[in-house]
Amino acid sequence: MSFLTLTSIQKSFGPTRVVHDFNMAIEKGEFVSFLGPSGCGKTTVLRMIAGFETPSGGSITINGKDQTALRPNQRNIGMVFQAYALFPNMNVFDNVAFGLKVAGKPRAEIEARVKEMLDLIHLGHLADRYPYQMSGGQQQRVALARALAPKPEVLLLDEPLSALDAKIRVSLREEIRQIQQRLGITTVFVTHDQEEALSISDRIVVMNAGRADQIGTPSDIYNRPATRFVASFVGTLNLIEAKVIDPSGNRVEIGGQGITLREPLGMVKAGDTVSLALRPEAGSIAEGAKGDTALTGEIISTNFLGSVIRSRMTVGATVISFDMFNAPGLAVPQVGETATLRFTASDLLIIRD
Amino acid sequence: MKRFFAWGALIFGLLYFFLPLIGMTNFSLKMRRGVYSLDAYAVVLSDPNFQATFSYSVMMAIFTIIFGVVLVVPTAYWVRLKLPGLRPYIEFITLLPLVIPAIVIVFGYIRLYNTSSWLPLTGTAMGTNILLMFGYTILALPYMYRAVDTGLRTIDVTTLTEAAQSLGAGWATILGRIILPNVLVAVLSGAFLTFAIVLGEFTMAALLNRPAFGPYMQLLGANRAYEPAALAVIAFAITWGCLGLIQLVSRLQKSAPPKA
Repeated sequence: MSFLTLTSIQKSFGPTRVVHDFNMAIEKGEFVSFLGPSGCGKTTVLRMIAGFETPSGGSITINGKDQTALRPNQRNIGMVFQAYALFPNMNVFDNVAFGLKVAGKPRAEIEARVKEMLDLIHLGHLADRYPYQMSGGQQQRVALARALAPKPEVLLLDEPLSALDAKIRVSLREEIRQIQQRLGITTVFVTHDQEEALSISDRIVVMNAGRADQIGTPSDIYNRPATRFVASFVGTLNLIEAKVIDPSGNRVEIGGQGITLREPLGMVKAGDTVSLALRPEAGSIAEGAKGDTALTGEIISTNFLGSVIRSRMTVGATVISFDMFNAPGLAVPQVGETATLRFTASDLLIIRD
Repeated sequence: MKRFFAWGALIFGLLYFFLPLIGMTNFSLKMRRGVYSLDAYAVVLSDPNFQATFSYSVMMAIFTIIFGVVLVVPTAYWVRLKLPGLRPYIEFITLLPLVIPAIVIVFGYIRLYNTSSWLPLTGTAMGTNILLMFGYTILALPYMYRAVDTGLRTIDVTTLTEAAQSLGAGWATILGRIILPNVLVAVLSGAFLTFAIVLGEFTMAALLNRPAFGPYMQLLGANRAYEPAALAVIAFAITWGCLGLIQLVSRLQKSAPPKA
C-alpha cells in the first residue's frame, strides 16, 4: 500500500477548476517532483497535501490515515517555502526548536534534536544568528532543518530553490537530496525547473492545466515523453511534422526525404501527418557517426553554448536542431554548409496527443 | 531667492508654534513676583487631586492599551490573512472616531448603558470605568489599528502563519509567539499614542463623571492662574515623551532583531 495517496483530487476557485481529477500514489521514502509551468496547479496540489487548501473533491491519505479534513497543524507534515518563512523574531536555534516546543517535547530532547538538525545542515555554528544575519542559502537550510526537526511523515518543498542564485541552487538541491535519502523521508518537491526535477527525483509528475500529463522516472519523462506538452516542456526537443508515405512499413517523409520509423505508426493512412520528436543530442553530423537513419540539410545557424555547440539545419521546410559536445579542434559546422545528420530510428518518438 | 523664502516659511512656522509655548512656560514660572520659580509646578505636583487624577488616567490608559491590543492585533491579523477584501471597510470603520465627536459617542453610551437599560454599566463606578475604557479604545482605534496594520505589512503574514501551522502551531501560538513579537514595535507605537490620548481626554471622562486627568486640567484652568500653565507644560512633556519613545523603539527595531 502506498504511503501518500491522492485519490481523484479536485480543486476549484469559484468557477475556475485548477486541479482536475488528480491521482497519485507515492511510496515511503520516495522523492517525487511536481514539474510544470506557472499556473499548472502543482503548488495547489502541494498545498492540499499540507492542508492549506481544502480539496473540492477527492481524498488524501498518509500512511493509511485520511488527512482530507484535518487542519494543517493536525497533519504530521514538514514544509519548506520559497520565501524561507523563518520567524524573524527567533534565532536559528529557536526557529528549529519551534515545532518541538509546540509539540511539548522536553527541553533536553529539544536541544539534542536541534543540534542534530543543525549538524545535518552544517550550520551548528550559526545557532545564535537571526534570519536577517544569514544568506538566502543558509536561511533555506535552516528552514529545511526546522521542517525536519519534528520528524514529519512527509516533507513538502514548495519551490525552495527559486529565490537562490544558480550556484547555490545546484549545491543546495544536492544537499536536499542527500538529506532526504539519509532520512528516508517521503518528499514532494514542487518546481518549474526541469533540470532540478530531473536531477534529484525518483519520479516526476509533469503537470499541465491542472492535470498530470505524465508520471514517470526522470529517464522516462525525458526519453519517452507521453504528450506533446511533456515533450516540449522537458528538455529541448525538435518537434517534426512528417508525412506518412507507407503506414504498414512505418515509412514517413521529412522535407522530401524518406525514413523508416522503429515505432509502429498505428492507425494512420498514407498522406496523414504525424508529429515526431527528436532530442538535439540524439543526432550527429560527424563523419563516421553511428545511426541507421539520416537526413541531409543546410546549416542555418550555429551557437556556442559552452559545453555544447547547438546548430540548426533545414530539411525541406523543417528546421532541426542538433548538439555537439565542445572539444578542442572540433570542426564547427558553418552556415550555408550541407550536412548529413545521423541518428538511430528509435530516437524518433511519435507524439500521439 | 527661493531658498530665502523657504527659510522664511520655516522660521515663521517655528515661531508660530514655539512662541505660545515659550510664553506659556515663561508665565508658568512667574508665580512668585519678580523672579522665576517652579512654585506653580510644586503646587500642581503636590496637589492630591493631581496625583489621584493622574494615577487614574494612567491606569485607564494601561487597561485601554491592553484591551486595544487584544482587540486590534487579532482583528488586523485576521483581516490581512483571511479577509483582505474587507480591509478598506475595516479601515473606514476604524477612522470613524476621527469624524464622530466624542460627545456623540458618550451620549450614545449613556443612552444604551444607563441604569434603566438592559446592561446598566453606568450604575456602578467599575461599570462606568469599563465603559470609559471602551470609549477610550474607540478614540484610539484609528491610531492603534493603523500602527498594527503597518507593522503587519512589513512581515509576510500568510507564509509565516502557514510555516507555523505546518509545525503544529494553533492560532493562539501563532498570534502570541509569531505575529505579536514581530509587530511589537508597531504595537508599542500605537500604545504610546493611546497613552497620550487617554491622558488628555476630557469629554468622555467629564460626561461619565470619572476623576480623570482631563477634567482635572479643565477644572484647574477655570479657577487658577499659573497652575494651569504649569499643568499644560507637564501635559506637553508627557505627550512629547510618548512621541520620543515611539521614535526610540522605531530606531531600536532598525538596529536589532525584534525579540519576543
